[in-house]
Amino acid sequence: MYSQATQVIIYTGAITGAAGKVGHFNFAFPPDLMPLESGEKLGPISIAFETYGELNAAKSNAILVCHGFSGDSHAAGSKEGDKGPGWWDGMIGPGRAFDTDKYYVIASNCIGSCMGSTGPASINPKTGKPLGLDFPLITIRDMVEAQRHLIDALGIGKLLSVSGGSMGGMQALQWLAAYPERVRSIIPIATAAKHSPQQIAFNEVERQAIMADPAWKNGAYYGGPLPESGLGLARAIGHITFMSDKSMDAKFGRDLKSDKEPFKFTPEFQVEGYLRYRGNEFVKRFDANSYLYLTKAMDFFDLSGEKPLHEVFRGCGARVLLVSYTSDWLYPSYHSQTIARAMKAAGVDVTYIEVESDYGHDAFLVEFAELTRLIKPFLERTHTNPLEAANAR
Amino acid sequence: MPANDELQQEFEAEAIASMVREGTTLIEVGCWEGELLELLITKKNCRGYGIEENHEGIYKCVEKGLSVMHDALETGLKDYPDKAFDYVVLDKSFARVIVPDNLIRESLRVGKQVIVSFSNFGHWHVRTQVLFGGKTPITESLPYQWYNTPNIHFVSVLDFLDYCEKNKLKVEKKVFVSGPKQVTLLPNLFAQSAIFLISLP
Repeated sequence: MYSQATQVIIYTGAITGAAGKVGHFNFAFPPDLMPLESGEKLGPISIAFETYGELNAAKSNAILVCHGFSGDSHAAGSKEGDKGPGWWDGMIGPGRAFDTDKYYVIASNCIGSCMGSTGPASINPKTGKPLGLDFPLITIRDMVEAQRHLIDALGIGKLLSVSGGSMGGMQALQWLAAYPERVRSIIPIATAAKHSPQQIAFNEVERQAIMADPAWKNGAYYGGPLPESGLGLARAIGHITFMSDKSMDAKFGRDLKSDKEPFKFTPEFQVEGYLRYRGNEFVKRFDANSYLYLTKAMDFFDLSGEKPLHEVFRGCGARVLLVSYTSDWLYPSYHSQTIARAMKAAGVDVTYIEVESDYGHDAFLVEFAELTRLIKPFLERTHTNPLEAANAR
Repeated sequence: MPANDELQQEFEAEAIASMVREGTTLIEVGCWEGELLELLITKKNCRGYGIEENHEGIYKCVEKGLSVMHDALETGLKDYPDKAFDYVVLDKSFARVIVPDNLIRESLRVGKQVIVSFSNFGHWHVRTQVLFGGKTPITESLPYQWYNTPNIHFVSVLDFLDYCEKNKLKVEKKVFVSGPKQVTLLPNLFAQSAIFLISLP
């Protein structure tokens, strides 16, 4: 726990739509660095976050939402300079699943990211240059640890819920495992308690694409040309794994681009043009080293380690809503079913549903109507549950 | 005025609730939209869960604030430890699974007691329709055509008692129902549905 003197919250802007604030949380100033799972220490640490809605007097309505690995703290509403609203805008706002008329929603960026928080692109205080590969290995546990300091600093003892998809879902699970007494519920979506070899393999190929780019220079590319082709390719591979066979067929079919050039392996099919476009757009906003660090954090994530998974959940009093998608082949439903099974064996109050969707892993960023039907009543009942009195024993 | 079958369902739900002790734990396999489960939780102060495979049913359960697992009825109990619940409730559920015997055995493993209800195929309406009509019967408690029925097994009160005897199951309580009232005379002939509380001896 950091003292008030060594942690600072600064609000720098406003959100419209979901009515919120833009903030930065700075903590772990020397010599009180934050210990990492690896044994190393990190600090000072800055976390970008946004909040929507108002914290009630009892401080019982706070919900933390965690983004996927390439996401950011801009989850809802609009702010100056936006191209579009936040990544979960369809879910967070007045009357929405995370109803900002009722709840105080906190969206925090994770450490290691390049979206306003301390990561490999941050300046090394010792050298005055970007850290690059001097940035330490970070884990999902470290991300949650940093978030926990933010939640402490916001004066919140117990979160009503922690929710997120993909890497955000891992953080929700980690919150339950590390701080069961500080969450009343979690909502992990399209996620896993640990990566399968297939998931690690995709991440590894994406990392290889970045590291094979001559501009990557062992991560010391800051101030010079960026490894754009490598990062763009990594993102294109990622997008293939986020979609499904069906959603790609519906979106592109075998349609050809209208501005076809003479054959030289330039994009001819719509899908080729799309992947290149998404790759090119991505390099404008994302740091290649963050891509490496965050995908590694996901690969190393293993909620139970040597222990059986159900032991992690034993005695957890929180309610759990687990969601997976039929067409998600990057995080297939069996991952969520494994978690559900362990929770059943541990006697956890768990609800699980495999939602029918053609959108693949992307579904949690798209299928808002289905998610809202589940999350809205789940949160309402967790918040003011006539059944909870019976089920809380 | 509610239809007779609705009144009968209410009566059956009350009869099931009367078999459940206050403040116990239970799991209902095949809880559909969670009406009975909600009743048992609120009325008997139970800690209750559901297993359902129908998507719309699951959404409706979540909307009621119930905890429900999306799972096949046949295999949904498999991960629960022995005697994890005071009761396993099978409200007309074993008619939905291919091998009811497996579901009943699993229920007896996971629950200390099992509440089973089913539509009685021995009811005289059924018998007269088969005997005189020569067609698969359609009755108030079996209102489906052969081609759209969710009930893939037909069982009578006598069939179920035979099953219990053969498997040495203890019948602790039984209630026979026709319309919104109990049947005491010749249940295999006059009961539209039957509710049993069973356990391993």
